[in-house]
Amino acid sequence: MYTTDLSGKGKGKAEAAVAEDPALVAAFEARVANDEFIEPKDWMPEAYRKTLVRQMSQHAHSEIVGMLPEGNWITRAPNLRRKAILLAKVQDEAGHGLYLYSAAETLGTSRDEMTEALLSGKAKYSTIFNYPTLTWADIGAIGWLVDGAAIMNQVPLQRTSYGPYARAMVRICKEESFHQRQGYEIMMHLAAGTEAQKRMAQDALNRWWWPSLMMFGPPDDKSPNTEQSMRWRIKRDTNDELRQKFVDITVPQAEAIGLTVPDAALKWNEERGAYDFGDVDWEEFYAVVKGEGPVAKERMQARVKAWEDGAWVRDAARVHAEKRAAAKLAAE
Amino acid sequence: MSDASKEWPLWEVFVRGKGGLSHRHVGSVHAADAKMAIEHARDTYTRRMEGVSLWVLPSAQITSSDPGDAAALFEPAEDKVYRHPTFYKIPDGITHI
Ligand SMILES: [Fe+2]
Ligand SMILES: [Fe+2]
Repeated sequence: MYTTDLSGKGKGKAEAAVAEDPALVAAFEARVANDEFIEPKDWMPEAYRKTLVRQMSQHAHSEIVGMLPEGNWITRAPNLRRKAILLAKVQDEAGHGLYLYSAAETLGTSRDEMTEALLSGKAKYSTIFNYPTLTWADIGAIGWLVDGAAIMNQVPLQRTSYGPYARAMVRICKEESFHQRQGYEIMMHLAAGTEAQKRMAQDALNRWWWPSLMMFGPPDDKSPNTEQSMRWRIKRDTNDELRQKFVDITVPQAEAIGLTVPDAALKWNEERGAYDFGDVDWEEFYAVVKGEGPVAKERMQARVKAWEDGAWVRDAARVHAEKRAAAKLAAE
Repeated sequence: MSDASKEWPLWEVFVRGKGGLSHRHVGSVHAADAKMAIEHARDTYTRRMEGVSLWVLPSAQITSSDPGDAAALFEPAEDKVYRHPTFYKIPDGITHI
């Protein structure tokens, strides 16, 4: 998921070494356990602050990098209606990135520090965006599956313990639902189209299904930080719980439009009242986390280029503003 | 790139949802000056008719109360229940009060 902990293991050591006033820690834990919101100026443990900065900036980076696969199809959208919709959707994702960066900045990390972490490869973003968008149907599959998975994760985060993060999530969730529906609508139309269009829709589902399941992160027994994050209310359901929920909701949606989920092991389990499904290829997941995704290099190149090409604009605007401020001061 | 002084300053954004409501804080944007801050606030926070008016204010200009003083500042109000109308017992049958 956008917020899955993708950091390496053992990073908590330095954080744990900081001695903190046990009374403050206890008061903080009690507030969080009581579902109170923590606000920027409140005292918080260093590890909570660091985990949040990592999670929120990673989430923001995912929104920003997430514009690239879809941006790839804006000029080739099949008609004006689709083009206007896709533009609005991609613009929303930019907005989501900005809400989250500004929420993360309230924790004392600057926007430039976060940008630098992304561009230098230090910070992670969701693995899903390192897969290519080969056909128009991929735009449908992304809206339906990727935004669908994002919604599943983000809805509970509207009640996350850090106030600015929770408020950003409320805004984001309001906007996500259109993303998922427009994607499903694309798939629906293709699936009801010519044989070639139907094949295209099925092919997109085949390629995006497993990467979408990976978005929820490693299995629970391989996510050591889940327990602490749940206690701190910065994660509210486990990876496996969310993944199961996603499968249960999505399979009938595929069936309704005559598409087949590419999983031979998929079977309704009457007893559990849920689908049994096959194993995710975690080797592939960890390889993509490490930067070996099919288009990982292109994604980073695009972000670095945007940042570097924009440098003169940032500089010119800043110098212009400084000059005008100085002239105004002199005139007073 | 990590030179913090080169970053555009941060502005807090307030939106008036519709006529008759006060402006409400919604988030922040980076911008070189006030005019650009309004433009960025418009693009970032009002894509779905969320507002009819915007305020932007340099974040550095905000003074806020210290959470550590919250008890001293706000708790004295707790034992002043007589400031609320429900404190007063008015006999049944007395109306318009
Ligand atoms: Fe988003
Ligand atoms: Fe989205």
